Amino acid sequence: MTQHDDPMLRFDKVSKRYGQHTVLDRLDFEVARNEKVAIIGPSGSGKTTLLRLLMTLESVDAGVIYVEGEPLTHMPQGERLIPASRQHLSRVRAKIGMVFQHFNLFPHMSALDNCTEAPRTVLGLSKAEASARATELLQMVGLGDKLEHYPGQLSGGQKQRVAIARALAMRPRIMLFDEVTSALDPELVGEVLKVIRQLGEEHDLTMLMVTHEMGFAREFADRVCFFDGGKMAEQGTPQEIFGAPRQERTRQFLSAVLETRS
Amino acid sequence: MQLEWDWNYTLDILPVLGQASLLTLKATLLGFALAATLGLVFALLRMSRLAPVRWSATSLVEFIRSTPLLIQIFFLYYVMPEFGLTLDAMTAGILALGLHYACYCAEVYRAGLDNIPKGQWEAAIALNLSPYITFRDIIIPQAIPPLVPALGNYLVALFKETPLLSAIAVLELMQTAKILASESFQYTEPITLVGLYFLFFSLIAAALTRQLEAWLNTRHGGAR
Ligand SMILES: Nc1ncnc2c1ncn2[C@@H]1O[C@H](COP(=O)(O)OP(=O)(O)OP(=O)(O)O)[C@@H](O)[C@H]1O
Ligand SMILES: [Mg+2]
Repeated sequence: MTQHDDPMLRFDKVSKRYGQHTVLDRLDFEVARNEKVAIIGPSGSGKTTLLRLLMTLESVDAGVIYVEGEPLTHMPQGERLIPASRQHLSRVRAKIGMVFQHFNLFPHMSALDNCTEAPRTVLGLSKAEASARATELLQMVGLGDKLEHYPGQLSGGQKQRVAIARALAMRPRIMLFDEVTSALDPELVGEVLKVIRQLGEEHDLTMLMVTHEMGFAREFADRVCFFDGGKMAEQGTPQEIFGAPRQERTRQFLSAVLETRS
Repeated sequence: MQLEWDWNYTLDILPVLGQASLLTLKATLLGFALAATLGLVFALLRMSRLAPVRWSATSLVEFIRSTPLLIQIFFLYYVMPEFGLTLDAMTAGILALGLHYACYCAEVYRAGLDNIPKGQWEAAIALNLSPYITFRDIIIPQAIPPLVPALGNYLVALFKETPLLSAIAVLELMQTAKILASESFQYTEPITLVGLYFLFFSLIAAALTRQLEAWLNTRHGGAR
């Protein structure tokens, strides 16, 4: 069913409302396999909502999201699409991992257990297999010496790196990052970005990253999407968006962001 | 008035009261085990996605909490047989205690579950954990430890209400003391001993609860 020439992700006229307030307005959006997309835009423009819809933390009000050609929150029944069953949702969702702004680590589990919980209970890995996989990932994010530490004993940057390892342990095809450095002290931002950069280089991962780190977006992303008021106002290569934005709104936003940064 | 304490009589009745106290402990422990488990079930049902389930659980909890325990004990023992369910006095008593306190425990659990940050549920979804695994491994282990003091209070409260079972002639401490006293017309010794017994075990239960709480707080590197 999955066709290889399908885009990794496709939003087809996706809308999301909270009450009267339309947060995403008939959004059409495609992401290619292994593409790294940075999503920028002012507060309240719907960036987090976009990721949360993909992670099925929110439900779409209209439109369909496709993952490798398969509808995410719907499933085909004859000619029509009906809301997805739990099995369908769980199977398609398994391709997606997410890292949150506030880590959301499990505080009652060690770094290692945080990373073995889902592989063991969802993928059915043995304790030894799961530990081996988790240890390797925690080493990759530079925490090989902190396996038995609890989240409460780790710095923000370390917590966020555990969270990245935890998501990767499920071997997702798509990784979502929602402002993953915003809650960190400035001196800890670098260590987390370094891990993300390394991920992008060494793994076949499609990455969607909501970020206020314009410098990082510029060097890391294949494509930058500027959101404004629930619509994608402009998109292009980092050179296009940061070098010569076509829209007035994009220019205003970028100069405001760059001003507060300097 | 001169208070007289008869040591010989005291020694005479101690073994009988000792026997009865085992029954009191048994009613307490079984009743509380039931209350703690059923309370969690009630709390989870009140979180159900299905409105009728939520509504039924809430109504049941409110109903039980709003009627006296004594009436529930009588109901289970004297009225249920009309519906074809005959229970011996001890079973009816334990069921009533458990059911009644389950409703108080349910409130405690609910507060505990509400206190789990939304991010924990979302991380569980993002990792594709099933609802059952999410509760078992993520939510319950975080929700329960802070509730230990409140649950401990209800354990002591339930314990102190076991004398109500004397109303359906369960031979627990109070009932036994009443029988002894009415046979000998000496009330001071049996009733005082029963009071001391409750005082002693209440203090022990409170101390154990504090120990357990302290131990739970030092796990996970002391930080949550
Ligand atoms: N659960 C909710 N209920 C009601 N409104 C919501 C909810 N979640 C988000 N919104 C609203 O939806 C809009 C878009 O929110 P979203 O979090 O996607 O913005 P964002 O682009 O991520 O902003 P920020 O840069 O501040 O994180 C905002 O106006 C927000 O107030
Ligand atoms: Mg956001």
